[in-house]
Amino acid sequence: MGVFSIFGFGPGGWGLAMLQGAAMTLLVSACGLLIGAAIGALVAWARLSRHRLAGAAGEAYAALFRGLPELLVVYFVYFGTSTLLTGLANLVGYQGFVGVPSFLAGALAVGVISGSYQAEVFRAAYLAIAKGELEAAVSVGMNRLLMFRRIIAPQVLRFALPGLGNLWQVALKDSSLISVTGLTELMRVSQVGAGSTHQPFGFYLGGMALYLVMTLVSTRLFDVAEARATRGMRRAAG
Amino acid sequence: MDWGFAGATFMRLLAAVPLTLAVWALSVILGAIVAAGVTWMRLSDSKPLKAIARAYVALFRGTPLLIQLFIVYYGLASLPAVRHSLFWPFLRDPFDCAVLALGLCTAGYQAEIFRGALLAVPHGQVEAARACGMSSLVLFRRIIFPISLRHGLPAYSTEMISMVKATALVSLITLWDVLSVALKIRNDTLVTYLPLILAGVIYFAINYVIGAVFLILERRLSPHLRARPS
Repeated sequence: MGVFSIFGFGPGGWGLAMLQGAAMTLLVSACGLLIGAAIGALVAWARLSRHRLAGAAGEAYAALFRGLPELLVVYFVYFGTSTLLTGLANLVGYQGFVGVPSFLAGALAVGVISGSYQAEVFRAAYLAIAKGELEAAVSVGMNRLLMFRRIIAPQVLRFALPGLGNLWQVALKDSSLISVTGLTELMRVSQVGAGSTHQPFGFYLGGMALYLVMTLVSTRLFDVAEARATRGMRRAAG
Repeated sequence: MDWGFAGATFMRLLAAVPLTLAVWALSVILGAIVAAGVTWMRLSDSKPLKAIARAYVALFRGTPLLIQLFIVYYGLASLPAVRHSLFWPFLRDPFDCAVLALGLCTAGYQAEIFRGALLAVPHGQVEAARACGMSSLVLFRRIIFPISLRHGLPAYSTEMISMVKATALVSLITLWDVLSVALKIRNDTLVTYLPLILAGVIYFAINYVIGAVFLILERRLSPHLRARPS
């Protein structure tokens, strides 16, 4: 079979499977990024707080997950959560192994890694807010929640956008590691296709092309979003 | 906790550290050489060379390292043309493939670091050197290289650390690095956490040392930025 008929959409063609794999890659990366945003926001909050213990914990989290190989984290989350869940299930009387769905474990792993980097992005973005704006908000009588919603959150998101764009790309690439848990995302589909057709070169090349399309298109989208988010800002250059 | 088992596991993991470090060092060196070429092309005046350099960076930074590694190790090996070429003894070996794939990948990142560092050299410095009559070689050695080295160092240390993390992927192409030994122990003993945690400790320690070395280097290279003794 030639390379072109392999990637066709007809019977025996892998075109649809590859596209579905790419969709799964996008989905699991997006979930990972969202989980990472929640973790990152918490860690950034801890690091910005005046509480010394919380600050140290936030710093330790960020240092730890930035210093460990991503693949190790994927394995650890996948095996770790399954072992944990099996232990809990055995406690309540259920016998046997309980596996965590690989989608959940994968999104969690990507999120845990992404969170350690997003914490830095959010922290820097918060520190970039002009002090006077926060003082002004307090002086017009805003409570903390309102100040967060009206003053802090919109500006943090704006300042964090370039950093988040980079981390989205990282999440997209890290999601390929989830293939080791058996989740049928793009990398896994490429592997299965390579194995069953004995055409590894074509399949990995095709997978690579799809990854490239995803990263290039999302770079462009983030550029557009950034231009839109900063349209009211004056800049020193550019 | 079974300390005997923990100790034995740790020793087995330590025995795999040389392979991890060898893949790391060789791929980083290969990456630096390729990156120097890519940077030179990217900053040249020739449009086609620029385009090639841009495409190289976009390709290797825009796709996961895992798929690059697999295309080199499994993909190239499946092509008859490669199997009959003189590169075959090299591409047949998983270690060489790992170094090649990791090196080509980090070259894409290192090229961007080099480019950023070179562009950060103030133009006035170059003009002043020219006005003093420096030749291109002396200009590079005395002015451009030291200034850009200082500028590029923080980003370079980040890249060195992410390369240590990237070496964990070679466990998927049959090499016995720290992670694959940890997974093997987990598989054989069904102890989930301990081998992976100990492997994590080793990776973390390696990264910590590399980070510290780069910090010392940075401090050494920028005495003018240090606070004055009061």
